[in-house]
Amino acid sequence: MTKAESPLTRLSAFFFRHRGLKLVLLLAVPLAWLIGVYLASLGSLLVQSFWRADELSPNPVHVWNLDNYREFLTGDPVYRSIVARTIGFAAITTLVDIVLAFPLAYYLTRVARPRTRRLMLVLITVPLFSSLIVRLYSVRLILDDGGILHSLLATFGLNVQIGFTELAMAIAFAYVWLPFMILPVYAALERVPGSLIEASRDLGAKGSTTFRTVVLPLAFPGVVAGSIFTFSLTLGDFITPAIVGGDNHQLIGSVVYSNFGIANNAPFAAAFATVPLVIMAVYLLAARRLGAFDHL
Amino acid sequence: MESRTTGSLLRIWSILVVLFLYVPLAVIVLYAFNRSNVQTWPIEHFSTRWFSVAWHDQEVRDAFVLSFKVACAATAVALVLGTAASFAVARYRFFGVNSVSFLVVIPIALPGVITGIALQSSFAVAGIPFSLWTIMIGHATFCIVIVFNNVIARLRRMQPSIEDASMDLGANGLQTFRYVLFPELRSALVAGGLLAFALSWDEVIVTIFTAGGNTTIPIWIWTGLRTGGSGSEINVVAAVVVVLSIVPVYCAQRLTTGTGDGRAAAEDLGTLAAVGGAQSSGV
Amino acid sequence: MKKRIAVIALATAALLATSVAATAKPASKKLSGTLKVVAWEGYTENQWVKPFEKQTGCTVQHQYAGSSDEMYNLMKKNAGYDLVSASGDASNRLIASGLVQPIDPSTIPNWKQLTPQLVKGPNHYVDGKYYGLPWQWGPNVLMWNTAKYSGATNSWSALYDPKNKGKITIPNNPIQIADAALYLSKTKPALGIKDPYELNSAQLHAAVLLLKQQRPLIKAYWGFATDEVKIFQTGGATLGAAWPLAVAQLTRAGMKVSQTIPKEGATGWSDVWMLAKHPKNQPCAEAWLKYAAGAKVQAEVAKFNTYTPANLQSCKALGATLCKQLHADGDTAYLNRIKFWKTPLSDCGNGKNECAPYSEWVQAWTSIKG
Repeated sequence: MTKAESPLTRLSAFFFRHRGLKLVLLLAVPLAWLIGVYLASLGSLLVQSFWRADELSPNPVHVWNLDNYREFLTGDPVYRSIVARTIGFAAITTLVDIVLAFPLAYYLTRVARPRTRRLMLVLITVPLFSSLIVRLYSVRLILDDGGILHSLLATFGLNVQIGFTELAMAIAFAYVWLPFMILPVYAALERVPGSLIEASRDLGAKGSTTFRTVVLPLAFPGVVAGSIFTFSLTLGDFITPAIVGGDNHQLIGSVVYSNFGIANNAPFAAAFATVPLVIMAVYLLAARRLGAFDHL
Repeated sequence: MESRTTGSLLRIWSILVVLFLYVPLAVIVLYAFNRSNVQTWPIEHFSTRWFSVAWHDQEVRDAFVLSFKVACAATAVALVLGTAASFAVARYRFFGVNSVSFLVVIPIALPGVITGIALQSSFAVAGIPFSLWTIMIGHATFCIVIVFNNVIARLRRMQPSIEDASMDLGANGLQTFRYVLFPELRSALVAGGLLAFALSWDEVIVTIFTAGGNTTIPIWIWTGLRTGGSGSEINVVAAVVVVLSIVPVYCAQRLTTGTGDGRAAAEDLGTLAAVGGAQSSGV
Repeated sequence: MKKRIAVIALATAALLATSVAATAKPASKKLSGTLKVVAWEGYTENQWVKPFEKQTGCTVQHQYAGSSDEMYNLMKKNAGYDLVSASGDASNRLIASGLVQPIDPSTIPNWKQLTPQLVKGPNHYVDGKYYGLPWQWGPNVLMWNTAKYSGATNSWSALYDPKNKGKITIPNNPIQIADAALYLSKTKPALGIKDPYELNSAQLHAAVLLLKQQRPLIKAYWGFATDEVKIFQTGGATLGAAWPLAVAQLTRAGMKVSQTIPKEGATGWSDVWMLAKHPKNQPCAEAWLKYAAGAKVQAEVAKFNTYTPANLQSCKALGATLCKQLHADGDTAYLNRIKFWKTPLSDCGNGKNECAPYSEWVQAWTSIKG
């Protein structure tokens, strides 16, 4: 006494037998979007990098040339120093954030009670969703020459003026990207089974040895995952140099933004944008090798 | 178990770091009550008048509405595409499965300025005028990965055999999805959706390039800060945004803990928040 | 049958009557819709925009730009802007790119009141067509905080003086190279700089060198006038290159600042309203142009920004002292002293193509800021 098969049942049976077809349908739209919209846009940007901006017209001249690449690779050294400066900021931010984040993550996984842990995780995540620009502006207000930090230190007789300096930018970067380092490191440490640490102790290792030989290597992929964010975010940022740096210290993002959005030189911006693109591509491939993607 | 001193030191350090995260946020809220429009320190007079100014500002209201519409649309697209892709990756073996997960991650792993200029020049070439939809396209592209990561983490913890069992018992594909899969996935979908919504709500870098003349709340703040007229009004709007964003984050966290063991749930939160938070800063 | 005809006749008569009445209504210009405008700060303040909105029914939505580059970029972005208040270093590019359309002077009642030199200005009068409505003009001045800065102010050299390190702010705009070139034209006449916007490579190089030497002295670069206001108020700058708008804003905020045009002269800008090639709201745009040509409106704008209005009749509305101070009384000698912004082109106008085009200025600016 079988039920009459409804068309839906026949359809799902069909897909059950033809799993490949179901897979294709599942993948079709997401891939079409990611490839057709996103990758295609990146591709067209790359194509533009080989063209030239027109003096009086809004559109680039479709003359194939390598001038843009030549300009920043071998031309004015300012571009190379900008790249070096940006990488420098990215590296310093990453290191500072690792130092700040690791003990916090360790505390959350090994010491904190579950309720404290949940509360702190929420507290850490909330700043990510409050406007980046306003947080940066707030940092600038604090670090300004007439700002809160200056007044605070003045009461101790110190005259500290770091408004619009590279130090101010470094502090700003370390501040805004900090949650991106905390969370992956936390996720990685979370995966380290407590039993492993106990076993290490049982075998006679001191706390620091256990930390060095057991915890750190297992947490490393999480650190790498966090560094992907801090690097990627710094390599493309033009807002922090503008708001906190007073446009004194140009970064890769500033050059791309001002050439594309303001100076109407999309080809040059596109060409220069390949620098962070290549850096991140290399970084991502290395990170995948190190297993960081499980923590992304 | 760690020694008492280590534990206390770690606790102190952690509290200091969390405070460090919140000082600038507190400053924003403080300045929202600044009577003057000039952000000097110390604040000379306090007042709530900017709250009323912001409430009555038509531009702010329009920006709120636009941000809301864009976020809804982007979340919807991300939910559909992200879920479909995660099913494909979790349940099937095929050539290039790793490439798909890599591809999904790229939009957040690459700097937002690149995504922004790429999309803007594509729109220009294709002759697409800037509108809510151009903004939505940018947002949806990096929101996909948030839903993807959430759903795939859940799918990996679910056994595929449960779907087979349901089918053995006579349910077709749609019934299986509706009665068996969806209840299991629901909290992951909602959590992913909430985070995608929050991200789209706050995204600024890609939006600067895809908005044209349209103004979302982050764009309003960006142009406002640069032209400086509405200094304290911006602080009010920002303070409101901060407070409002607590809601989806808290809900997402409640939804992921409580299913499965605590550790997996916490890991979920860590993962999805890490991924989710990336976009708010326009990675 | 008769009754039906009567009804039809009555209805038709009523219809005709109302339509005649409608067209016979006096031109109260009840337009509607949004007018999207790209403007410099200070040009779309409520005190003159709200009366326009009330009078016409149009709603004005403004988008500020910090530089001519931004304005050009916004207009080309296909974002639906109807009007732009363009300075000379954007206007010619906009015309050449086909992004704006000519204005018909016969539709502007107050056209004859506008300063003749500006009406026929090369920044918008091209091929016998008028592409712009002259609006406001003014110099880029030297501004200082009188309470905190007591050094020399009669020369631009103050901005290049190492004694003032960390106290200076200048615009983040490649067109600043012209300011350096203007300074050099007086201090290094051997370079032979005649027009600060037409620089051959040796002259450009000299200007860039001067700006690179100035670089360590800069506290911060400003993008919008209000950026500069903030940098003066809380950022630690006491001296800078400014638009008179910044002086007005700081004075209104209670700071004691002063401005001057140093002895080497000044660059400046002459702004015109331009109509987009494909405006979304042409009726409102045209209504704005008519409104903006008015003497009272231009006087209000001038008072707010301390700029000079293009309409010579505005002098009366400004009052004798202000009119004199702003040189709004047709002071052609003063007008001629200002080197208005214009787009640097490779064509130097003497048949040679040896001048640096603007794209080189942009690259140079990146190089200067480091």
